[in-house]
Amino acid sequence: MRSTLLGRRHPRSGSWVAHLALHGALLAGSVLMLLPFAWMLSTSLKEPREVFAYPPVWIPSRIAWENYVETVSVMPFGRFYLNSAIVAVSITALQILTSSLAAFAFARLRFWGREPLFMLYLATLMIPFQVTMIPNFILIRYLGWYDSYKALILPPAFSAFSTFLLRQYMRTIPMDLDEAARIDGASSWRIWGQVIMPLSGPAIAALSIFVFLGAWNDFLWPLVITASLDMRTLPVGLSAFQGQYNVQWHLLMAGSVIALIPVLVVYIVAQRWFVEGITLSGMGGR
Amino acid sequence: MTVAHGRSVPTASRRWFRWRPDQQWEAYLFLVPSLIGFLIFTALPVIASLALSFVHWNLLTPPIFVGVANYVQLLTRDRIFQKVFWNTAYFIVTIVPLQLILGLMMAVALNRPIRGRTVYRLIYFMPVVTTIVAAALIFQWMFNRDFGVVSAMIWKLAEWTGLPITPPDWLNSPTWARPAVVILTLWKNTGFTMVIYLAGLQAIPRELYDAAEVDGANAWQRFRHITVPMVSPTTFFLLVIQMIGAFQLFSEPYVMTRGGPAQATLTIVYYIYQNAFEFGRMGKASAIAWVLFAFIFVFTFIQTRLQRHWVHYEAGE
Repeated sequence: MRSTLLGRRHPRSGSWVAHLALHGALLAGSVLMLLPFAWMLSTSLKEPREVFAYPPVWIPSRIAWENYVETVSVMPFGRFYLNSAIVAVSITALQILTSSLAAFAFARLRFWGREPLFMLYLATLMIPFQVTMIPNFILIRYLGWYDSYKALILPPAFSAFSTFLLRQYMRTIPMDLDEAARIDGASSWRIWGQVIMPLSGPAIAALSIFVFLGAWNDFLWPLVITASLDMRTLPVGLSAFQGQYNVQWHLLMAGSVIALIPVLVVYIVAQRWFVEGITLSGMGGR
Repeated sequence: MTVAHGRSVPTASRRWFRWRPDQQWEAYLFLVPSLIGFLIFTALPVIASLALSFVHWNLLTPPIFVGVANYVQLLTRDRIFQKVFWNTAYFIVTIVPLQLILGLMMAVALNRPIRGRTVYRLIYFMPVVTTIVAAALIFQWMFNRDFGVVSAMIWKLAEWTGLPITPPDWLNSPTWARPAVVILTLWKNTGFTMVIYLAGLQAIPRELYDAAEVDGANAWQRFRHITVPMVSPTTFFLLVIQMIGAFQLFSEPYVMTRGGPAQATLTIVYYIYQNAFEFGRMGKASAIAWVLFAFIFVFTFIQTRLQRHWVHYEAGE
């Protein structure tokens, strides 16, 4: 598709005017998209007196790097990072593991009750998280897991959506492969691990990106299930930071930069897979 | 979704021939990890939540069964819930259409063979991956009346044009706090819409445009009569998920305005959060969650019924 687009021989009428207007609009759009990032970065490097200057100063007269030192010394951002990393990696790994096992059973094995059970999984996709959030909160408290990694990791570690998505993908792999492997004496476990999982690589990679990003950026569940500063993930920690330093905008913006830099770096490095992942995960709506 | 049905369906006799009793037990073993989690953290909580919605319970004293009182109170006498409902409706009718239109415009522009479109796409999608709390914080600062960059720009505009415009006190005004939340949401999510639309646009056969061009259709006519109908399945998909998303708006108003001023940005999910975790009304919060589910269900159902009137599926699909 791309090559035919680029390879068009006949230019459109009035093309360069239209082209210029298009670039103008796209550039204006880019400025609007980048402006908040620029304003955040700029404020994070200002001295307090320049933060409240009018008209707003875009380039600080002196780059106040010490804001960052102060930010990480008044709030344990290192700990927030660590928590976010532990939580997001664990959720991703567990969700992919449990979902791929279940998806394998739903897609490639026959057993009594398969269809009704799968329908039950599908039905829960429609139920918003807020419905199950309150009983989960009560359950976690009852188990004594409140304000712990278990509380942050386990409830989101099982996903009907991931199971559904992987099942859809696994169903496209020819069944003959399983049969050939079985004739060669492979067990279902080996077929899962050595045939189906490697062939599901693209779907698993795409899903992992989205599960990881979702877990890293999640706010509501970590907000309700943690209490101590030590258990806060990055978004919740940042929100707590806001509560305490409401007028210290240079510090708040430094905290925001700290929270955003890793996500943006990961995105820029892996951006190709983001778009591919969206297409692969069937989110294209087709 | 068509791929799911792509593989050949085995005939009944082949299916029974391949039936193995040992596969039965193995299959359950594969399911166990997921099923345990599913039962504990999804299936049982759904039932528990329904049961909870019929009680008064603050977690400290024993729950009291009150029947449908939570629902009745919510739907007939709760003034705040009415407000919360209309706030949520405001967000849905502003955010969803704007996001669809802007996203489609961006996608159409970036589907053209222009220089630097990879960079544009990279930039437009950047807000999507950012942490919502950080994004909301930045916007809160940008919308500060006295020192925010948005107000400064409006002052500048007033200066240039000589018009008597004054920037509103965005986040402290019940009228203007909502548009501020809408702007944040559009900035944050439109890139996602764009990417989905790009995927939809790539699937439109080039020949349709060439044929239309030969027939003398101008750019607008081609957009109106080819692009819009051809991406309608994508539009439908986005409409459904964005409406569900807009129903569940929480982080944006929580960080930016704490639901205020005067509850102007309090959403349904925020109200669930408040009732459960600030007021300790677990039963009422559960009832609101079920009302939310009912709204989402009904609206999604209506949309799927309406889709046959405007969603165009290619022949043979």
